[in-house]
Amino acid sequence: MVTQLLTFLLIFMIIAALKALMTPRLLSAAISLGAVGLGVSFVFLLLRAPDAAIPHIVVEILVLLLLIRAAIRREVKTVSGQRDIFGAAVAAVLLLLLLALIVPVFSEDLSFGAQPVWAVTNPQVELASAHYLSRGLSETGSANIVTAVLLAYRGYDTLGEATVLFAAILGALVLLRPRARKPLEEK
Amino acid sequence: MTGMTVIVKTITRWTAALIFLYGAYLVLYGHLSVGGGFAGGIILACSYVIMILAYGGKETIHALPKAVAARLDSIGALAFLILASLGMFGGFFFSNWIRDIWPGQQFRVFSAGIIPLANIAIALKVCVSLFLIFFILASLRMTRKGDKIEFRSEEVD
Repeated sequence: MVTQLLTFLLIFMIIAALKALMTPRLLSAAISLGAVGLGVSFVFLLLRAPDAAIPHIVVEILVLLLLIRAAIRREVKTVSGQRDIFGAAVAAVLLLLLLALIVPVFSEDLSFGAQPVWAVTNPQVELASAHYLSRGLSETGSANIVTAVLLAYRGYDTLGEATVLFAAILGALVLLRPRARKPLEEK
Repeated sequence: MTGMTVIVKTITRWTAALIFLYGAYLVLYGHLSVGGGFAGGIILACSYVIMILAYGGKETIHALPKAVAARLDSIGALAFLILASLGMFGGFFFSNWIRDIWPGQQFRVFSAGIIPLANIAIALKVCVSLFLIFFILASLRMTRKGDKIEFRSEEVD
């Protein structure tokens, strides 16, 4: 049941992504992108990852609002110029190839804490995920294993993510401020 | 950026507070249940974004001025970095030094040492960053003059 649902969601996302690529209207392109994001967050929910699904769907809503509010104006409604049909065809073929590669993964054991087949057949391999699940609470004190991984085991990654956000807001503040610090005549 | 009708404004006044409350819950209980600093921070930012959409930028910037937001952004980033650096007392970067001194009780809010504090710092950072990005981009105007597309920002400081 979950496998069929995941496959359906993947096909839905591929169709929405191609629609976003091909449509000349900016508004329908933005809404198609939002549909792709909705599909991704549903996939996360079906794979029992609400910690990933919540930020994803909220970011998706925020980006959709931003695209509609900021990027689309009454004056600029459609994309002008010739569409690259060959590029879209290559994208479609690649996406379908990816679908054919991903769908077999869904038929594996998707229960909580399940290990991949290659790890089950090689018992001498110790997975990091098994370590986190069995000793995460006693080592970090955090009942939510995702938070334990994000802030204790992989704290450096979170620091990098905060740095990226900081750089993004700095760039937006500097490039898009209402007035330039110096008038152009002084140069 | 002008506001919307009085119906939208009234409903926004009720829902923005509830959205803010849910975001705060996700942040403060991030080490116990689903959520965490990033998810909670985006939802906190959404409560400000809904205010920008309903009331317009000028009203919202009174609730959270741009200069205050920029400082809160830096405070959040610095707080996270300082929490990580203080881990040097426990031996290494990001070591959970508070938990070594005062472990707390498992599955309680006051437990897990630096993790709830780091969640709050990240939530502050993410919330203010996304609010500022949305505010700056939403006050951007795009006009087409002939073949050229011009960008111009509204005068809101």
